[in-house]
Amino acid sequence: MEEAIVFPYLRWIPLLPLIGFLINGLGARADLTPARVRRIHWIACLAPFGSFLISVFAFTKLLGLPAEGRLLTDTVFTWIAAGNFTANLTFSLDPLSSVMTLVVTGVGFLIHVYSIGYMHGDGSYSRYFSYLNLFMAMMLVLVLGGNLLLLFLGWEGVGLCSYFLIGFWYEDPEKAYAGLKAFVVNRIGDFGFLLGLFLLFWSLGQKGVWTIEFGSIQEHVHLLSPAVITAVCLLLFMGAMGKSAQIPLYVWLPDAMAGPTPVSALIHAATMVTAGVYMVARMHFLFIASDFAMHWVAWTGAITALFAATIGVCQNDIKKVLAYSTVSQLGYMFVGVGVGAYAAGIFHLMTHAFFKALLFLGAGSVMHAMGNETDIRKMGGLRKKMPWTFWTFIVATLAISGFPPFSGFFSKDEILWQSYSSHFGSTALWAVLWIAAAVTSFYMFRLVFLTFFGEPRDAHLHEHAHESPAVMTVPLALLAVGAAAAGLVGIPASWGFTNLFEHFLEPVVGGLPHGAHVSHAVELLFVGLSIAVAFAGLFLAWWFYLRSRELPERLAGRYARLYDLVYNKYYVDELYDALFVRPIRNLSEKFLWKIFDAGFIDNGLVNGTARFFQRSARSLRRIQVGDVQGYAFAMVVGMLAIIGFLLL
Amino acid sequence: MLSPYIPVFVGILWAALLAAVLIGVSLLFGPNRPTPEKRSTYECGIDPMIGDARTRFSIKFYVVAVLFLLFDVEVVFMYPWAVLLKRLGLLGLIEMMTFLLVLVVAFVYVWKKGALNWE
Amino acid sequence: MGIDSLPAALSVIRPELILAVTALVCLALDLLYKPADKMPCWAVAFFGSLAALASTIASWGTEQEAFSQLVRMDNLSNFFAVIFLMVGLITLCLSDSYVQREGLPAGEYYTLLLISMTGMVFMAQANDLMTVYLGIEIMSIPVYVLVAMMSKSPKSPEAGLKYLLLGGFASAILLFGIALLYGAVGTTQLADILRQAPGALKASDPLFLAGVGLLLVGMGFKVSLVPFHMWTPDAYEGAPTSVTAFMSVAVKAAGFSVLIRVIVLSLSPMAVDWSQIFWWLAVLSMVLGNVVALVQENIKRMLAYSSIAHAGYVLVALTTGTETGIHAALIYLFIYALMNLGAFGVVIAVSREGDQGVEIRDYTGMARKRPLYALAMAVFMFSLAGVPPTAGFIGKFYAFSAAVKAGYVWLAVIGVLMSAVSAYFYLRVLVVMYMKEPEAGAEYSAGPWGAPIGAGVSVSLWVCALSILFLGIWPGWLSHFAQQALQGLTSLL
Repeated sequence: MEEAIVFPYLRWIPLLPLIGFLINGLGARADLTPARVRRIHWIACLAPFGSFLISVFAFTKLLGLPAEGRLLTDTVFTWIAAGNFTANLTFSLDPLSSVMTLVVTGVGFLIHVYSIGYMHGDGSYSRYFSYLNLFMAMMLVLVLGGNLLLLFLGWEGVGLCSYFLIGFWYEDPEKAYAGLKAFVVNRIGDFGFLLGLFLLFWSLGQKGVWTIEFGSIQEHVHLLSPAVITAVCLLLFMGAMGKSAQIPLYVWLPDAMAGPTPVSALIHAATMVTAGVYMVARMHFLFIASDFAMHWVAWTGAITALFAATIGVCQNDIKKVLAYSTVSQLGYMFVGVGVGAYAAGIFHLMTHAFFKALLFLGAGSVMHAMGNETDIRKMGGLRKKMPWTFWTFIVATLAISGFPPFSGFFSKDEILWQSYSSHFGSTALWAVLWIAAAVTSFYMFRLVFLTFFGEPRDAHLHEHAHESPAVMTVPLALLAVGAAAAGLVGIPASWGFTNLFEHFLEPVVGGLPHGAHVSHAVELLFVGLSIAVAFAGLFLAWWFYLRSRELPERLAGRYARLYDLVYNKYYVDELYDALFVRPIRNLSEKFLWKIFDAGFIDNGLVNGTARFFQRSARSLRRIQVGDVQGYAFAMVVGMLAIIGFLLL
Repeated sequence: MLSPYIPVFVGILWAALLAAVLIGVSLLFGPNRPTPEKRSTYECGIDPMIGDARTRFSIKFYVVAVLFLLFDVEVVFMYPWAVLLKRLGLLGLIEMMTFLLVLVVAFVYVWKKGALNWE
Repeated sequence: MGIDSLPAALSVIRPELILAVTALVCLALDLLYKPADKMPCWAVAFFGSLAALASTIASWGTEQEAFSQLVRMDNLSNFFAVIFLMVGLITLCLSDSYVQREGLPAGEYYTLLLISMTGMVFMAQANDLMTVYLGIEIMSIPVYVLVAMMSKSPKSPEAGLKYLLLGGFASAILLFGIALLYGAVGTTQLADILRQAPGALKASDPLFLAGVGLLLVGMGFKVSLVPFHMWTPDAYEGAPTSVTAFMSVAVKAAGFSVLIRVIVLSLSPMAVDWSQIFWWLAVLSMVLGNVVALVQENIKRMLAYSSIAHAGYVLVALTTGTETGIHAALIYLFIYALMNLGAFGVVIAVSREGDQGVEIRDYTGMARKRPLYALAMAVFMFSLAGVPPTAGFIGKFYAFSAAVKAGYVWLAVIGVLMSAVSAYFYLRVLVVMYMKEPEAGAEYSAGPWGAPIGAGVSVSLWVCALSILFLGIWPGWLSHFAQQALQGLTSLL
């Protein structure tokens, strides 16, 4: 490891939003005067903007360093010290976390600004902004944390903010339930994640290295046996599956759309849900050491990408379509990191942050105009009414569908190419993603055509529709620039440019594990195939939703079973409910409490034994069996067990 | 080995002998004129209970019994102290006074709270 | 012991002396003031406890035995004494308005609380099994009475009676264990027992082993480990809430202080045996406590089951029998004291006269009506659930990593799984508070959330909440003191 450079401003990146949270959270007042409202959003927006400026500053400082020595650290104090083990509160910035920090603060700031317009007039204005700031602080801790413990702190923190913001409008029980669902599903993932941490910690400790710092874990990873590494990777990835909504733990994300739309944009599209991808990239040295784990990650990602994309085709709620699209795009990122193309995965993460945030904010703008209507079947013809929203939405759609030269094209193409050519890749993997790309293009253009083109389907709603205020459209425009141009930093080498992005990340995540050498011509052929499916999707959507509009209905009628299956999201929610939710409730309520504690001990064991004695010895007939006796009996049983154990 | 205990043994024997002798003497020489009243069971202060012993009686008995037991046992501590008072000296006196002070506070408390009032 | 050393000997038990004298003064004051008067008992009790705390802190670092080695003051005892007295002080703050509201006999209440604390400090300083037993009794008997004190509610005397009967049972078992141990090694001194233990083990003396087993049962009862936990939910639910707060924290910590002193330190030669028992007790406590807490509707009952689970977490750390393990247990107990007291403080603040309003549904929409209490409760629930950056996370981290380091990986895994489960019922309170509207027809008779609860409750809530956040971010301070508490004792391991 190169000697790290101390950069004491790093702590302010998460600290500024935290201060914003404290001011707005503790100073909350019920009566919102215009002056107070202004003060709330000024504080809330300035905090992430300050973080953004520091991140840019740190980034330029990083660029000024030699490629191998690009690491800034800031140790605030020793957090936990036990024996020969210490965990410091250390923030560290390397190219990987630098990219993440810039995305989080940059996109985050724009979404804060947009929220001023979107949340205007909400009764819980300060609560909203304080949660949002807290989220920023936690996400930045996650990204900047120099050890696993800080990463975990941020991991849990963003989760909490997410639950609170999903259930933000808790007056609606369905929305509060969505928050709970997100919480429950994530706990399952987090449990695996924690186990992975412990296993890693312990097995390194067995070799005499008690550490949780990323740097020293990387140094000592060769001490671990392959089986342990695979187990650790799979457990850690379980956490990623929860947080980044991969099969089978993706079910919470579509429901998470119950929160305010800017929240969906920031947390459930651009930043938090990508934490799993970041974590895998951060722990790349572990994953790369286990072929099985790599294949597992890649295939989980690929199957999720296709599966979620197909669900997206049949959804009619504008936010649900985008949610399934997010799940699907996260799948792409996991394929990227799963085939060892970490730079490609993170690259897609970055471009996705731009275009998906833009899509959500555009959707929010549409909902704003339509009086919170989310059903795309009631929209249509909004192109003229909301030009800003429309054009920015088009940019984002072109980006996500992979049309050159928009950002999504470069990043997705890179992942597609790597999924074929990398050491961990295969034709099958590529084919799954390729089909998914076609589906993506189809459902995105379906969304665009239904929302913005054609005739208005609901005249009343259409009449009231209007363009959003500048405070919302300006962030849209800025994000659109990002969505259009962000891809330019990662133009593949086969085009004759230097892939700047890959070069920047290379010192952290290492170069690509090269498979069979393939010529540039083949690579260009694959690029052509990618572009072709994007156009195919566009064409199909045009045919179905603008040209012959009765066709979808007819197809849905003809393949009713299949349509029902996809429309109901493959009944996964119902399956989970029957398999897990109800049995666990029953176990707790009916068995452990009523039967075990109250029933088994009191009635079964105690009374049963009493009956035994009654039958066997008539002289003990009058034995009294009540509460206290039952309790004492349990003690005696425990006592006999202990003494029996000690004596035998 | 057991020689130090021989005096104790002798003491016990002597006590048993004395008791037997005294009872025997009173049986031999005492007047014996039984009446129904005299032959009935002796119960202090109340009519003798006949029949099932498990009947309700006033909770005040418990309070008095508990208090009696407490103070009675604590007074027992004073016997060994009294025997060794000379060797314990002033410190012993102070210690016992402290002990008594605690007892007195408790006693006054019990009294003032009315735990000793029968009505 | 020579007479010369009397002042030195008295200085060892100075905190106990201060507490006992204060208790007597409280008792006397109770006589001088009529019930209607504003009694100074509270202030006397408070400053007495404060003086005891100051005296304990002043003797930090001294190490001394006294009264024929019956008691021993060292940093371990001081660390525990600080926990007890801190808990006592906070309990006093929580009690003031509660005692008035519920019409409890104030003089007796404070006297009993002080006597109980005296017993606890004796337990922490116990250097002989006789002192252990006396300390336990001095602590327990006042608590039995305190539990039964709310005579207006039928639950309270019932709870007191149950606790008394089972407590007596447990004491008898403990005493029998002491007798067997004495029979086996001919001494009750902990240091001698440590010296004789290897011999007794080699001969696998059944008296010795059975004695140890009985001791374990007696102590397991005090810290409410499964299967000796059955009294806990009933007693915690029925007792006045301030007493529940006190016993859920201080009595448990006192139990662990003798458990550490007697079993972990003095019987370290047989660690192989008791660590397996600890393993099972810890697992049973964590599983049963957390899972059964899931379905509780009464918050006091829920916290009772949760306290069983937390005893399990502490035992996870102690199972290791290592220095790291005891260190983790000390940290955990300190943090647990703060967070559980805080949670019960909110319960007091929310409840209404006659211990009404202790169902979880009574917390519906509290964030709207009482945002600061809701926020404090949120901190305590997060901390109990072990969510970073609260202190509860630090406690769990130390406990589980001690287990992992000592090779008890499965134990840590079960612990992590169970604390994942526990998040549901802790955060359920939060969901109810933050994500639901207050019920329209809900009756809040005296004021919106009960009688005015007095500054004491608010102050102690804030002290607890801020300390938890502080310790979550800067735990090094506590860890440092816990390390010092073990100085000189690790050679016993």
